[in-house]
This record gives sequence, structure tokens and C-alpha cells, in this order.
Amino acid sequence: MTASNGYSVEVEKLVKRFGDFTAVDRISFQTRSGEVFGFLGPNGSGKSTTIRILCGLLHPTSGRAIVAGYDVVESPELIRRNIGYMSQKFSLYADLTVFENLRFYAGMYGVPAAELRGRIDWALEMAGLRGRESSLTGTLAGGWKQRLALGCAVLHRPPILFLDEPTSGVDPLSRRLFWELIQQMSSEGVTIFVTTHYMDEAEYCNRLALMNGGKLIALGTPTELKLGSIQGSLLLLECDRLGDAIERVRRLDNVRDVAVFGNALHLVVSDAAIAPTIRAALESYGILVTGLRVIRPSLEDAFVALTTRHGADDASELSP
Amino acid sequence: MNLRRLLAISRKEVIQVLRDTRSLLIVLLMPLMLMSVLGYGVNLDTKHIRVFALDEEGSQASQDLLRRFQSSEYFDLVAIVTDYRALATALDDGRCQLAIVIPYDFSARLHDGRPVNIQALVDGSDNNTAELAIGYAQGVIASYGAVVQAEYLRKSHAPSVNPVLSVEPRTWFNEDLESKNFIVPGVAAIVMAVVGVLLTSLTVAREWERGTMEQLISTPVTSLEIIIGKLLPYFALGMFDTAACAAIAVLWFQVPFRGSLIALSAGSGIYLIAILGLGFWISVATKQQLAASQIGLVTAFLPSFLLSGFTFPIDQMPAGVQPFTYFIAARYYIVILKSVFLRGIGVSFLAGPLIALVIYASVMVLLAKLSFRKSLA
Repeated sequence: MTASNGYSVEVEKLVKRFGDFTAVDRISFQTRSGEVFGFLGPNGSGKSTTIRILCGLLHPTSGRAIVAGYDVVESPELIRRNIGYMSQKFSLYADLTVFENLRFYAGMYGVPAAELRGRIDWALEMAGLRGRESSLTGTLAGGWKQRLALGCAVLHRPPILFLDEPTSGVDPLSRRLFWELIQQMSSEGVTIFVTTHYMDEAEYCNRLALMNGGKLIALGTPTELKLGSIQGSLLLLECDRLGDAIERVRRLDNVRDVAVFGNALHLVVSDAAIAPTIRAALESYGILVTGLRVIRPSLEDAFVALTTRHGADDASELSP
Repeated sequence: MNLRRLLAISRKEVIQVLRDTRSLLIVLLMPLMLMSVLGYGVNLDTKHIRVFALDEEGSQASQDLLRRFQSSEYFDLVAIVTDYRALATALDDGRCQLAIVIPYDFSARLHDGRPVNIQALVDGSDNNTAELAIGYAQGVIASYGAVVQAEYLRKSHAPSVNPVLSVEPRTWFNEDLESKNFIVPGVAAIVMAVVGVLLTSLTVAREWERGTMEQLISTPVTSLEIIIGKLLPYFALGMFDTAACAAIAVLWFQVPFRGSLIALSAGSGIYLIAILGLGFWISVATKQQLAASQIGLVTAFLPSFLLSGFTFPIDQMPAGVQPFTYFIAARYYIVILKSVFLRGIGVSFLAGPLIALVIYASVMVLLAKLSFRKSLA
């Protein structure tokens, strides 16, 4: 379900304060039907708070949020019929069996009796839990638990799905399976709103919103974020004596930032043409350079660059 | 309100209780446990008070009097000693609670019709027992005195003996004046307070603690559906416990049951709703199992035990405490229980406490509803 303007979720200058602490600071964005919308950001940056507001679980301090065409403050009950939600913490009943949990949530969402069996079968199939219907949910491994939670959240075919760190603590294979399910639902027109810490998962999203300190600091497709985050070029430097190399490189003109990535360095430079100068400078200090080339920034580069730049902005705002 | 959702919640709750052996044990064993502890343990009757006697005379008359102490069920004449110090030590080390001294001129004075003073020493460290002991001792001595007086008058050939004025007390409703009959019916109120408040306070707080509440309130279910759906199974369990208590009271403790089952069920049902509402409210307010169970114990169990009239009559409590008893649901239920068991009166005579309980229950459910908002903050 979408509002007449075609947006499934619409957020405008949303603010949430807990006492003196501003958890969400005037954020605005929109999502379209069928979009996989990723929410990235460090812990405590306001991602979960935003999701909870959109699910009608928390009241915003100010601003407006429209979900599935309904205002979160005015009609949270109507929103709840149209969304599925998976909270950060596993929150199904551990002392109920797989089948009992599904039947319970089908009841909560008011799945019609005629469709009940079919929907539960569908969820069991999707979660790969066929044959484990009578296992106690608490005894399932992490990946199965998450898929069961997803199954419970979509029993009523909601047009919008909110997933708060759905894959934290789940093994890579299960994460992959989980994302295949998300992609499939998205292709069926479901808007999926997902928070994650994993950069590889962020790559699966159609669009990303990067949050830091309650503020929305970047919004765009993964490619847009990667390109837009770096002003200049990114160089990959492979050499010995990494510690010395960092010190030397930092002192060079035109090198904006240096970060260690594995056993190499990423250098942000204003112009890729200065690469030979860097190589020459390092070799003059007796550092052996084994590789120096221009690379495309990864999301992780973009994430680091955007959050540190944002942090620096904050600092400059604070100083008189 | 959607009945399917409500019943889905109840069904889930039943499954969880059945799988949680701790809750199940509380439900099944609490009536048995409290019934035996309170039915046998709380005995407000004072019988078999231990007595030491110092008989300075050792006459026929003094032995007659002591025999009366011996035959009374309130006293056990443990020993007759010959010197005062033995009496004092017996009182000191608790071998006796009452010591009586019959003077050396006991029969002589009786014979002459002169007044006789019998000294009674009593251990006042338990003032309740002490007062009862003195009262009973006065009774025993007075009845002996009356006999002696009648004999004296007969011997002195007085023209006619005025009939001795006597009171013949008759107790209604608990003819045997057994505190068992007074205590045992009230135990149901305590059992329900403990079971009702403890289990409901745990069931909601547990959902907050485990995070399942966050998932639950993200669905279209309404707060009233959650409250009623959750309370329904505990209502059934509470009524089961009431029936168990009533059965134990009548079949095991032989407490008379004179009233109507309808009055008992109506009173129990309303009281239970009040108690469950209280438990739910505590649980919603604390959102933590430990805090909820402790507050539940303090607000439900202790007042129900101490301030409801269960053990101590309300009109004998300090005036400053009495107003608080009106806030204890068990106060009204105890009246209903005792009336139904001992006095055998029906619903129409219990309108007062029943209406009080209905108001109490409505307020509790309203408080639970108001405090339970489907929101995380």
C-alpha cells in the first residue's frame, strides 16, 4: 500500500528526544514501493529509534512520519495492519514450538482462517523449517530463528517490512539465504526497510541512508555514496614498514587522509597524478613500495569517510 | 475487540503455563501448602497452659481446687511444688506459664467464710496467652468459690439460698469457638492473592524482559485483548485454587459450609478479577520480573494476611491503621468467605462487600488498561 504520492514511507524533519538526548535529529527521506532501503550507522546513531517510530512503537517528539499512507501519531493501529516488524533482539516465544509461534502471530495479524494453513505452510517452506514444526523455538540455531521471525512478520503479507539488524549474529550462509528472501519479497513489491552493520549487505540495498549522531548524513544508492564520499581519488598503497609509511605519507602535500586496510594503506589524494611523487618520497626513506594504484572506493571507505567528516563538522560547529 | 485474537493470546498463555513447571507447581501446591501451614500453624486458641502450683496447705480443699485446674482443658497441671523458689525458677525457664500459690490458711478461711486470696503469677512475655491464662484461672477459681459458698450457706442453715446469677453464653456461627473455623475459610483469600498477583505479574513482566512484548505490540492486537487474553487462563487457575481450598476446608478441616455455592463463586470470581488486575498493573508498571514479584508480595500477600481481618479483627487494629484496610481487596472477600462458610447467608446479605469488590475490580482493570499503553516509552 502506498500513499497517493507513491511513497510507502515518508519522513519529514523527524525528531525524537529522550530527556536531553536527541536520538533522532530532524531527519527526512522517502521510500518507494518495492525498494530495499538500508539504514547504516554506528551503534546509537538513531537507526532503531527511527524504525520504532515508524512502527508506531515510539512517539516522535516532533516532525511527521507517514507509513503506508497513515500518520504514525494519528493512526498507529492502521499502520500495524500494514507492516511487518522484526526487532533487533530475537523476540518470538522461545518456549513455544515453531508451529505455535506461527499460529500465534497469524492470529495476532488476523490472517483469515481459510488462508491460515496455507500461510503457515508458506512460512515454514520459506524459513526452511519444514519437519521442525514441533521443535521448541528456543532450541533452533540463529539462522533458523531469524528466518522464522521473518516468516512470522510477513504472515499477513504486509506491504512494508521493517527489519532491525535482522542478521546480527547469524552465520554467513544463513545471511545470504536471508538476503535472497528479502530480494524476492522486494521483487513482489514489498518495501523493505533494513538496518545493518555489514557492508556487504548494504551493497544489496537499492538505496542507503547513513546515520550518525541522530542525523542523516548521506542518502543515495550505494554507487552514489561511494563516489560522492571521496573528494579526489583513492589510492591503494602496498609497502613494507607500514607504520613508518603512514608517518611519511601524512606529511606529504595533497594527501588528505590515510587509513589502514588490512596490510595496505588507503590514501585519499586530491589528484591521482601525484602517485609517482608519493612513490619517490617513500623510496627516498628506504620504504619498499610493492604496489600503488588507483582503486574505486568501497562502501566501507565511504562509510568511514562520511562519518569522520561528519564528526569533524560537528567539532567545528561546536568551537566558536 | 476481536475474540479470535483474544483467544489466541489465552491459548499461548495456557501453553506457556503448562510448559513452565514452576508456575504450575505454584498453582497446584499453593492451596495445599498454605492450607496446612495456616490451618494447623495459626492456632489462636490457648489451651493446655502449663501450670505449677505451690500448695502451702495440702488440705482436702486445696487439692479440690487443684483438681479443677487439672481437669480443665485450658490447663495442664505440670507439678505441685513445695517451695516458692521452685515456682519462680519454673516461671523463669519457661517450664510453666502460670504459677498459683494456695495459702497455708486456705481451708480455715473458707471454713470461716473469710475472703481468701490466691496468688497467680503469670508469664507476661506473651501478653495474649497471659491474659487468657488469668481469665481462665479466675473462671476456675470463681466456679470453685461458688460451690464452696453454696456449701457454706447450706451448712449455716440460711433460710433460703438465692439462686446464683449466672451467665450461660451461647456462641452463634462458630459454636465451638475454634479458631480453625475462623482461619481456614479465609486461607482461600491468601492463596488467591499469592497465586493471582504472582503469576500475572510475572507473565507481563517476562514479556517485557525477553523482548517478546515489543514484537507483540507491533501487531494490530489491542491492549484490552492482551489484558483479557492473558488474564483468562489465570482466572481459571485461580478459580480452581478456590475450589481446592474450599474442598480442603470442608473435607479435611471439617469446617462447616452453610452458605450457597453461588455466593461463594460470585464473591471469588470478582475478588479474583480484582487481584489479577492488581497483578497486571504491577507488572506493567515495573516491566521486570523480580521487581514485579517483590512488589506483588508486599502489596498483595502481606496486607491480605495482616490487614484483611484474616488473622486479626479489623476493629481491634489501631485506629490509624483501620482506614488502610479499605484498600485491601481481601478485606471484603474474607467477610464473604466467613459468612458463606459459618453463617450460611446468601448473596442478598452480602451486597455490601460484593459491591465493594466490584468497584475494586473495575478500578484495577481500568488502571491496568490505562497504564498498559502499546508503546515502548
